[in-house]
Amino acid sequence: MAEPRTAGTATARSRRKSVDIYAPQWRNFLFVAPYLTIFATLLVFPLFWGIWLSFHKADTFSSGRFVGLDNYFRLFRDPIFMQSIWNTFYFVFLTVPALALIGLFLALCLNRRTRSAAVLRALFFSSSVLSVTIVTLIWRIVFIPDLGLLSMVYGLFGAQAPAFLADPHLAMIGIAIATVWWCIGLPMMLFLSALQQIPQDIYEAAALDNANRWQTLWSITLPSIKRTFILVIIIQIVLQFQLFGQAWLMTRGGPNNLTKPIVLYIYNTAFQRWDIGLGAAASEILFLLILIAAMAQYLVTRRKADA
Amino acid sequence: MASHNSEIIGRSFGDRVLFGLVILLALVMAGPVLYVIALSLKDNKELMVDPHSVFHMPYTIKNYIDTIGTSNVFSWVFNSIIVAGGLTVFTLILSSLAGYGFARLNFPGRAVLFVIVLLGLAVPEQAVLIARHQIFSWLGLHNSYPGLILPGLSSAFGVFLMTQYFRAIPKELDEAAILDNASRFRVFWKVLLPLTVPAQATLGIFTFLGAWNDYFWPLISATKKEMFTLTVGIASTQMNFAQSQGIGFLMAQAVFAGAPILIIYLFFQKYIVTAVSGAAVR
Repeated sequence: MAEPRTAGTATARSRRKSVDIYAPQWRNFLFVAPYLTIFATLLVFPLFWGIWLSFHKADTFSSGRFVGLDNYFRLFRDPIFMQSIWNTFYFVFLTVPALALIGLFLALCLNRRTRSAAVLRALFFSSSVLSVTIVTLIWRIVFIPDLGLLSMVYGLFGAQAPAFLADPHLAMIGIAIATVWWCIGLPMMLFLSALQQIPQDIYEAAALDNANRWQTLWSITLPSIKRTFILVIIIQIVLQFQLFGQAWLMTRGGPNNLTKPIVLYIYNTAFQRWDIGLGAAASEILFLLILIAAMAQYLVTRRKADA
Repeated sequence: MASHNSEIIGRSFGDRVLFGLVILLALVMAGPVLYVIALSLKDNKELMVDPHSVFHMPYTIKNYIDTIGTSNVFSWVFNSIIVAGGLTVFTLILSSLAGYGFARLNFPGRAVLFVIVLLGLAVPEQAVLIARHQIFSWLGLHNSYPGLILPGLSSAFGVFLMTQYFRAIPKELDEAAILDNASRFRVFWKVLLPLTVPAQATLGIFTFLGAWNDYFWPLISATKKEMFTLTVGIASTQMNFAQSQGIGFLMAQAVFAGAPILIIYLFFQKYIVTAVSGAAVR
């Protein structure tokens, strides 16, 4: 973030020149103006307009009647909204630790220069490029009774597969399994790049001390990637908090709203029942929750940069 | 796999257990995809009579011929190419210009504006969706290509990435050119932009992939069938397939929709992985 003017390598002479070059000029603004126009109209304005809408009984086209905090009171009295907050946390709890631990496990196993490791890395990342539509389609076919892959596998052992997406106790777990399958590539890659940044000579020193592999793992590898671990956790919390497509496409939020996350509540409220104000209020609550996690991410990455 | 064993497993028992676990996970990754492909190659009637027939001959490409002949999948692919391609091109243009501006030029309010743009990184899509939807209703932009492309252009990530990249280029390069009386735009276009190709590739891949796979905004903005993108279109045909007679056909459509991106991934794997994981850490 160094000011361009004070670049350390500049000599006194060229610094005097660069003062001239980098003097503030209005026409320089033209370079950033196209982006800033879109940024202001499609991000900054909607952000504040959304907050404004959340205080109104709004419809599709206008903000309608001002109702103060009424939408927020309605939200907290709505058992389905409270359920959706709980569902979202439950989903994060199911997916984030699994993604971090499986990702770490795969990174540790596949951090080597062999061809088979490269092929497996490519395989584990491949699902990440698919869209949520394809992923949910694949997993609904896996979970579907009788015809599904899971039924077939259970059938091999003469057992009956659980009805993952229909059972109230299992539906969210089914969505979580599909999500971990979809998202495992990113944590694995983040861990891999962290592992590759550990200086090799530490390992050589450990080998000279006759440290065994467990000792090396516990006292060198894992402490070195502690920060990446926290980073992965926070990135995944922010990401998984925004669950929508999987729940909408796999269960429609059912059975009995048990798999309805906050974003799906917003979709139902604002874009199906067209209760725009209430939907906007729910978005603000989601925004607040995500902001807390994003701030944690900022703090962690900044400390990493300082270190 | 036997020939690779010596590479991946060491000698100890523990290594073998780990190897077994990785292979098991690899099967979990690949199995569902292979199963869907197998289903797509089966005749619908045969599947209805005996689900287990998916594991043996005869296979047929009839479902794919039907997909090409009857479904809307081509027009959805076309829409997705326009939307993801357009978004990528405009993102690269806007982000490069703004990145150069923030990194190299000075204008009143620059520092404050840059901090505001950075704060934009923390705003999740859901916080602005409803207001955006209203704005696009006012402007009559729903069910149009601009309506699908414009929201993605507001993302601050590209500007952030390009600013970082321009800052890392030694300043002597453009100072020399400017002292030769080249205009700011000329310096940007002729001297610096060619140096940013790696960053353009990262940003381009990341933007294209994100737009290609985006589901929420197209779902609420493109409500007419002819404006569906691939994600929305495929989702619209796939509900309630438990009762459906044509599961092989639906699977063929899905494979048809998922294959292009997987093939691109096979060829550009290294770049895609770098782009996606680089973007996550930002």
